[in-house]
Amino acid sequence: MLSGILVFNQKGENLIFRAFRNDCRPRLADIFRIQVISNPQVRSPILTLGSTTFSHVKHENIYLVAVTKSNANAALVFEFLYRFILLGKSYFGKFDEEAVKNNFVLIYELLDEILDFGYPQNTETDTLKMYITTEGVKSAIVNNPTDSSRITMQATGALSWRRADVKYRKNEAFVDVIEDVNLLMSATGTVLRADVNGQIVMRAYLTGTPECKFGLNDRLLLDNDSAGPGSGSGSGSLGGNKMGLGSSKTRAAAGSVTLEDCQFHQCVKLGRFDADRIISFVPPDGEFELMRYRATENVNLPFKVHPIVREIGTTKVEYSVAIKANYSSKLFATNVVIRIPTPLNTAKTTERTSQGRAKYEPEHNNIVWKIARFSGGSEYVLTAEATLTSMTNQKAWSRPPLSLNFSLLMFTSSGLLVRYLKVFEKSNYSSVKWVRYMTRAGSYEIRF
Amino acid sequence: MAMNRIRGAFAVPRKGETFELRAGLVSQYAYERKEAIQKTIMAMTLGKDVSALFPDVLKNIATTDLEQKKLVYLYLMNYAKSHPDLCILAVNTFVQDSEDPNPLIRALAIRTMGCIRVDKMIDYMEEPLRKTLRDESPYVRKTAAICVAKLFDLSPAMCLENGFLEMLQEMIGDPNPMVVANSVTALSEIHHAAPETQALQVTPNTLRKLLMALNECTEWGRVTILTTLSEYRTSAVNEAEQICERVAPQFQHANPSVVLAAVKAVFLHMKLVNAELSSNYLKKMAPPLVTLVSSAPEVQYVALRNIDLLLQKQPDILNKELRVFFCKYNDPPYVKFQKLEIMVRIANDRNFDQLLAELKEYALEVDMDFVRRAVKAIGQVAIKIESACEKCVNTLLDLINTKVNYVVQEAIVVIKDIFRKYPGYEGIIPTLCKCIDELDEPNARAALIWIVGEYAEKISNAGDILAGFVEGFNEEFSQTQLQILTAVVKLFLKRPDKAQGLVQKVLQAATSENDNPDVRDRAYVYWRLLSNTSDTNAARNIVLSKKPPIVTTIHSLPPALLEQLLTELSTLASVYHKPPEQFVGQGRFGADAVQKAAIEEQLQNARDNPLAAAAAAAVDGTAAPQQQSNVENLLDIDFDGTAPASAHKEPNGGMSGLEGLAGTPVRVESPAAGAPAPSGSNNLDDLLGVFGDTPAPSANTAAPPNGGAGADLLNGFGGLDLSGGGMSSPPPAGASQPKKTNEDILSLF
Repeated sequence: MLSGILVFNQKGENLIFRAFRNDCRPRLADIFRIQVISNPQVRSPILTLGSTTFSHVKHENIYLVAVTKSNANAALVFEFLYRFILLGKSYFGKFDEEAVKNNFVLIYELLDEILDFGYPQNTETDTLKMYITTEGVKSAIVNNPTDSSRITMQATGALSWRRADVKYRKNEAFVDVIEDVNLLMSATGTVLRADVNGQIVMRAYLTGTPECKFGLNDRLLLDNDSAGPGSGSGSGSLGGNKMGLGSSKTRAAAGSVTLEDCQFHQCVKLGRFDADRIISFVPPDGEFELMRYRATENVNLPFKVHPIVREIGTTKVEYSVAIKANYSSKLFATNVVIRIPTPLNTAKTTERTSQGRAKYEPEHNNIVWKIARFSGGSEYVLTAEATLTSMTNQKAWSRPPLSLNFSLLMFTSSGLLVRYLKVFEKSNYSSVKWVRYMTRAGSYEIRF
Repeated sequence: MAMNRIRGAFAVPRKGETFELRAGLVSQYAYERKEAIQKTIMAMTLGKDVSALFPDVLKNIATTDLEQKKLVYLYLMNYAKSHPDLCILAVNTFVQDSEDPNPLIRALAIRTMGCIRVDKMIDYMEEPLRKTLRDESPYVRKTAAICVAKLFDLSPAMCLENGFLEMLQEMIGDPNPMVVANSVTALSEIHHAAPETQALQVTPNTLRKLLMALNECTEWGRVTILTTLSEYRTSAVNEAEQICERVAPQFQHANPSVVLAAVKAVFLHMKLVNAELSSNYLKKMAPPLVTLVSSAPEVQYVALRNIDLLLQKQPDILNKELRVFFCKYNDPPYVKFQKLEIMVRIANDRNFDQLLAELKEYALEVDMDFVRRAVKAIGQVAIKIESACEKCVNTLLDLINTKVNYVVQEAIVVIKDIFRKYPGYEGIIPTLCKCIDELDEPNARAALIWIVGEYAEKISNAGDILAGFVEGFNEEFSQTQLQILTAVVKLFLKRPDKAQGLVQKVLQAATSENDNPDVRDRAYVYWRLLSNTSDTNAARNIVLSKKPPIVTTIHSLPPALLEQLLTELSTLASVYHKPPEQFVGQGRFGADAVQKAAIEEQLQNARDNPLAAAAAAAVDGTAAPQQQSNVENLLDIDFDGTAPASAHKEPNGGMSGLEGLAGTPVRVESPAAGAPAPSGSNNLDDLLGVFGDTPAPSANTAAPPNGGAGADLLNGFGGLDLSGGGMSSPPPAGASQPKKTNEDILSLF
């Protein structure tokens, strides 16, 4: 498998060099520097030279490189590198050159733990944090044999993601349904592609080893347990919104949603989901991503954009962009940002908006129009004009698509709703659950 | 005095970094020592040689500070080789640590011992390893399991003598899933390194254990188990059913590598289960595959390459998912290119409208490479779907009207292929001819000239157009020259009155002023054909013979290779679409062996067919720059000092030749070593290549009916092979001849 993990900064200096097999020689660092970092033509993340394969990922201002000498599992290698980045982020806040330089001892320690002989081991942040600690928290427990046995039991156990002795005075669970809506609209206004990538993030502060059951208004699920129990039965009501209502009403109001595909955190019992579509799991302590899903049917697009862009001769481009909110007037979106591309040879722009502020950003060749608060049903217009400088070689403007960013609370583009979350625990305590919905822009692009 | 001075020169310098570090390492204060160790490791990472500090670092090994211990161990692993004797000093600590009450320390000791690759250390490993394999803590056991693989790498004999392999095999039944996963990992590593050990034998019993552990172990463990399951060859239907049933839920895992490993396991075992069930599994794996397309770009790339393979085997699985593969504006180029290929593969007569609109959009972007591929994709769709052809041609005409130089050139190359499949588009020829002055690439020029020659009777000013080209004949690329030659001869045969002078002029130029043997030889062939008085129709029959239409221009892998690659899903081989032997050595001498074999093959070829080999060598030169620009190609850089760089190119050459010829599956089986790496399967250069570099044996196996004639011609013209392209992709030169004319040709000599 992996022969070594290398980390470089942008200048090509080797920050971390950890060999797991003796075929990973120090000279390889120079080869990667010459062949990839100082070679702007490289277009593939995988490069094989001789019989050595470099797979690299760029994050912030560092390159993370995995060296392999065999016909390795490429998907695993990249996924591992991304997991390494995730670990770095959760340990240091930001995983960049500075963090690597300041914590290189810790990084070696981590690498030693998550890879053995080039095979990935446990990469769960929570478990690792128990026995590999930053300077601030001194590893007192580690030197105590009984504590360490417990830790190692957990690190290898069937519930490797959860400690056994979690205690909370108030048992709470927060569920965030976050949807990234992707849109690609053609210049003529037809929707080429609209889909939703959703994730359900849970923050569980629950005592003991609770067994949770989770229900959505997924069509297949609903078909299955139409006679099943309603939400909030005995195990506390869902707070935060209307979710406390009986399931029948919810279904009537929201209809059901077809999920194309869903993926679960490793705590979810996949066998049960496959058999009867029940999402059942013992959650890790604290925050984790319970599931990801994809929906392509009946996607509600929160914003409609109508751009009119006219190139007048070779010296001027006129824009008129109208954007309309397509959701209930009780809701409002925040941080709406519309990026309107301008030709590369733009000299000067003038903008007028009916709401928010627009500014030209020469470094990105964009006019950025920001609207801090966008209430449902309203419509705003921007008119702008870009004056172009004349260029000697008149290359056609590629017209990159106009893109949108926003976040909208209490709205799901797919129409997904959480029907219930039930917690079962030996001590039979009651718990409070909260659900929150948010829709954000994924890649929300409109061609013109 | 003199002695003193000499001694002074050899003594350790009293200043400098090493001196300071040493001072720190032997300091009486613990914190200073630890700091010095950290600095030493830092210097080590930067590539400085700090091996001189070995004894001083080693003194710090006996410590209760776990962090410091880890640092010392890290240093030990790196420099053990430079001081093998001193390592013995550390043994005691290791053995002690492996009996520490703290499982973390026990595991750390055994993990590190395995990484110190010194012979003396191995002797001391036996006892600690035996103990830790039976440790009460699963954490220690799982570490010890991997350590067996490390030991096997160092000393297989010792590993076998002490029965560690058997212990490991027993551990597949361990109650802890992670121990199971690591045992399987270690066993499969040993099994692959030394197949004769039969380390990993899946029996019905182990199969059951593996399936049990699958649902409980970590994600990485799952990948290991799934990979082992897919390598397991069973012939029992119920076992295959069981595997599919237990593995399919893993499609829903959040980790893409688990999903791909599960897809692989199900895909390979699906063949045995009944048709209904297996089509069910195909349906089930489609959504997870699509979801992979929204992961991080690098993972996406691996997934896309794998989807490409799956689609070649099962073209229908993603029929409805076209839109998912639309390129985003800021997708990295390697992802975009792959998405294009997949979109063409899943194009059908229901979705081509959408696809064409999208491809047209891409063709108007600025990245030249991407635009070209988009245009090419339009052509591939046209040839794949008959009902889409008219729309494709209209789209291409729109693109030609944009007058963007490289778009026009690519469009013309593509239109030429369309002409080869569908008649009835002659009406657009005048539009094409208008672009004649803008074409500067040999490919595009050759394509247009071929069109002019092929439809000479319908183009009123064909003579004038060709005259222009004949004028500058000697300045053209040889590829274009060959086309000019053929086109003029076609024109002459169709309208003898108009091209009498032209044909003489061009034959004169090609035979007396040209030094390219291909061009000259072809000119001579035509000359003799045309001056053949015994049968006036001979030339007409040969040059203007009817050509079978082409079937597809979509690149696909030869079936045998595809089957092999499907067993390699999600590995590097599946990303490169090349068998692993091509870029990786099996065992220690593998890479060399492959190279040797390749050189041997090349030599053999050279002996068998000196001319073809020479031609191949010549073409190799032209193929080289292309290889460089394509980073996926394995660069032949020799940095391990094991192989000569020149020798390394040959396996590549052979392989890319195969790929290039993949459009004509019949020929692929034949050894086409040394053929150039053409950019597309049916480009003109590829077809012309038939004249230069297809070795004779391949031609014979490919086209049995023409075989006799081909061999005779080879004798006559030496290396000129007229029959190679006769099967599914006729050379535009009209070189493929109907059988009845064989005698005519033979009578020439």
